[in-house]
Amino acid sequence: MVEALNRNQVAWRVANDIDEGAFVNLGVGMPLNVLNYVPEGREIIFHSENGVLGMKPLEEGAEPNLDLINAGKQPISMLPGGAFFHHSDSFAMVRGGHIDVCVLGAYEVGQNGDLANWRLPNTKSAPAVGGAMDLAYGARQVYIMCDHNGRDGAPKIVKQCTLPLTGAKCVTKVFTDIAVIERADDGMVVREMAEGLEFEELQERTGAELRLANDWKTLTAPDIAPPEKRAR
Amino acid sequence: MINKICQGIEDAVAGIEDGAVILVGGFGNAGEPIALLNALAARKPRELTIVSNNAGSGDEGIGQLILGGCVKKFICSFPRVTGADAFDKMYEEGLLELELTPQGTLAERIRAAGAGIPGFYTRTSVDTPLAEGKEVREFAGLDYVLEEAIYGDVALVKAAVGDRWGNLTYTMSSRNFNPVMAMGAKITIAQVGEIVDLGGIEPEQVITPSIFVDKVVQVEA
Repeated sequence: MVEALNRNQVAWRVANDIDEGAFVNLGVGMPLNVLNYVPEGREIIFHSENGVLGMKPLEEGAEPNLDLINAGKQPISMLPGGAFFHHSDSFAMVRGGHIDVCVLGAYEVGQNGDLANWRLPNTKSAPAVGGAMDLAYGARQVYIMCDHNGRDGAPKIVKQCTLPLTGAKCVTKVFTDIAVIERADDGMVVREMAEGLEFEELQERTGAELRLANDWKTLTAPDIAPPEKRAR
Repeated sequence: MINKICQGIEDAVAGIEDGAVILVGGFGNAGEPIALLNALAARKPRELTIVSNNAGSGDEGIGQLILGGCVKKFICSFPRVTGADAFDKMYEEGLLELELTPQGTLAERIRAAGAGIPGFYTRTSVDTPLAEGKEVREFAGLDYVLEEAIYGDVALVKAAVGDRWGNLTYTMSSRNFNPVMAMGAKITIAQVGEIVDLGGIEPEQVITPSIFVDKVVQVEA
């Protein structure tokens, strides 16, 4: 029995990988949830592309302010020491290499670190990219947070991306429900695997070629309830 | 005496012509100059190009311009947002042109226009479909894409406080694209929640200096 993490636990795992003092941008979707799992007492300054440094989750029961939102247009709150600025400054921070880590979602991650996360094939709807392409090259480290396999079982970490790229050779580390995988010069290295998972099975569930680190660890997280299913 | 304050919202948007390139502040609904956009839509302009991060939502603001058949083209980074039904429908019917631009590149293209820089090179979009057809140049061993400035005819922005010279301040993250749009157009029109006397905004606190603003109109906050 493989003890896969739920999405909240993956957010916890990502948050615990970020050092004190880091400036961190969170992409829309699953990554925004990382904000909820910052370890007690660790100071991390979160950047939101729409001109915010020092955001924190909206306190429970607090009145949302429509003028204070994150990249996903959800209401947030501010830490003392936070700052507002306009969009050109915000993306100067991104493009200029001032963001230590960004956390993005993915449709596909290639073995060489290519990322595809903005355009699905065979869709009539308009393409939308937001700040993902700026972050893919601008942030010093690009963390990816995604399910290891899609609903149809297809791996998200593939030999080569087939979807339109967001950025080439830009991914640093991938956090999934069953593994933490780092991109090294010589390929994809498994740093952590879920309890009960054999390397052979992980490789079978992955398109890219993997190598198991000598000092690999078990991927664990505290007991956190999964996100509530959203009504469709 | 310099006085950029307009008495009515109709006066503020008077003179905006068909075919104009309109820079619109806001990120989602935060900072979107809804009152100015609604007043513009009431004039039934045609063939506008709207430059904005999103393509509106609901039936007000940018949504109202789309529903009124006023828009020919969008230049934006993320047209698909919850409630962007007007955009989605017309786009899928082939009635709207879209130039998709990464968000930071969008901001910088407009800032560049305001700063007198016709183009710039950026890593953003290298090796992606959004770089197709654009010049790529190598600097210190890395590829960069040439992006050109976007010059607006008119910018519509939303601010919290303004004065008769046109100095502006904003509320929290509703600042977003507004100061950038204010730089990039020939005429910048600001809707503000409050007008104060000169000096009512401390020089240290001015976010958009008066030089970038041509008209100010107070609307109900």
